[in-house]
Amino acid sequence: MKLYDYILSPSCYKVRLMAALSGVSLDIRPVDFHPGLEHRGPELLALNPAGSIPILQDGDLILTESSAILVYLAAKAGPEWLASDKPEEAARVQQWLSFSGRLTASLGGARLHEMLLRPGDIDALQRQGVAALRELELGLVEQAERGMRFLAADRPTVADIACFPYVALAPDGGVSLDAYPAIRLWSRRLRSLDRFIEMPGVHRLHELKAEPTVEESKV
Amino acid sequence: MSMQAMIDEWYPVGIAAQLDTAGRNTLLMGEPIVVATDADGQAKVTGGNGRTLPVRIRYGHVWTSLGEPKKEVFPIPEADQPGRRYVDVGVVRVRCSPLRAVENFLDIAHFPFVHTDILGAEPHTEVQSYKVEIREDVDEVWATQVKFYQPQAAKSASGGITTEYMYRVPAPTCSVLYKTCPPRPSEWDVITLFVQPLTEELCDVWPWMALFDDDTPMTDLIHFQQTIFLQDRSILENQIPRLLPLDPGMEIPTRADLTSVAYRRWLKRHNYTYGAQLVAQ
Repeated sequence: MKLYDYILSPSCYKVRLMAALSGVSLDIRPVDFHPGLEHRGPELLALNPAGSIPILQDGDLILTESSAILVYLAAKAGPEWLASDKPEEAARVQQWLSFSGRLTASLGGARLHEMLLRPGDIDALQRQGVAALRELELGLVEQAERGMRFLAADRPTVADIACFPYVALAPDGGVSLDAYPAIRLWSRRLRSLDRFIEMPGVHRLHELKAEPTVEESKV
Repeated sequence: MSMQAMIDEWYPVGIAAQLDTAGRNTLLMGEPIVVATDADGQAKVTGGNGRTLPVRIRYGHVWTSLGEPKKEVFPIPEADQPGRRYVDVGVVRVRCSPLRAVENFLDIAHFPFVHTDILGAEPHTEVQSYKVEIREDVDEVWATQVKFYQPQAAKSASGGITTEYMYRVPAPTCSVLYKTCPPRPSEWDVITLFVQPLTEELCDVWPWMALFDDDTPMTDLIHFQQTIFLQDRSILENQIPRLLPLDPGMEIPTRADLTSVAYRRWLKRHNYTYGAQLVAQ
């Protein structure tokens, strides 16, 4: 499976993260998104007329929507990341997969503007990002009331992976996460999963390591 | 804050290969400027009041100054050696003092914690003793004999090596790093951090490299350096106070911070204080 990838893209990171968590190895093809704008060049436009990355190529199959790629990887290698056959859970997974597009448009747009100087109305992007974060916070609080620690179930699903990257990187776009305790706990839960991988701006949980042993005082 | 001492310095304001006639509207030390090409295709920088600013093309970037530079853009003789590949890494904006961006570049103690498994790894956290001086003849800050264990020192490195570094600050918002070159042990890779001060608390950073590496694809070289710098960015944006403190009352440095101490002393000596905090608050 070949992934057209940009190391700083949260949408590409979703795919790398899902692949790592479900044990799929990817053939990474780096795309010079910045400063080269290679995703707008003829080779990649032929694969994806939308001019976006990630693009996943597996034989004849070409996928250009990150949520579809997550579902494909999970279906192939980690079915436990998909919704169960419970109608409510299946619907919640779809709900948050679609919602993740709003995170990309708002928080992702703010991040590209603040970090890589892409054009955009930064005030509107940040405002929409905050609105989306408030909705996510509420969703997580309601899940907790139902006794569930993740967005669609009491286990992580593709919905969590779809929403996590743009949320975790919101501060890159000047949107603070300080006001959202449920989001911060959820982020910590995801970051402490086995086989979790980072990207620049998503830091490793050093603080989860064992406490250093303190030498007894010799006095 | 005083702008006067830093106003006569050269600053990077764009990638030379990406200039166009439409121009890039940006800021230099709070002044709106336009970086564009003129009718003859030459780089042209216009200041806030329409005046034409001095221009140089050096190290893949356009350089300008709001004042009257007394020297040319600093030399990097190694960068002119034949056989090197030049990498325009691309601009990254950081909400931090331009001086803090440079200081972070000079620090190695954070490698195992911020650049985990690339430029450092626990438990190899010790910063061995190294030499720091302000070279009076060239008026630059230099740190030499800096050694650090690195799991993946460069894109061209396979496996962990003890890497040797030399750091150099030839201008208040620019630093040049010389680093063990895995494919050519007798030469140094050149990695620079050119910082454009937009305001005292906002900067555009233009990393650039001149490497001996004929094998690694250009995009991989760019992504390696962007990975490193973007790991730093979120740390830089959270440093407090936002201005670089030059008052020694504010912090207690350790031996590992000798380069930073020299850099701050050198800034203070020259009154290079745009982006600095003079009195601890």
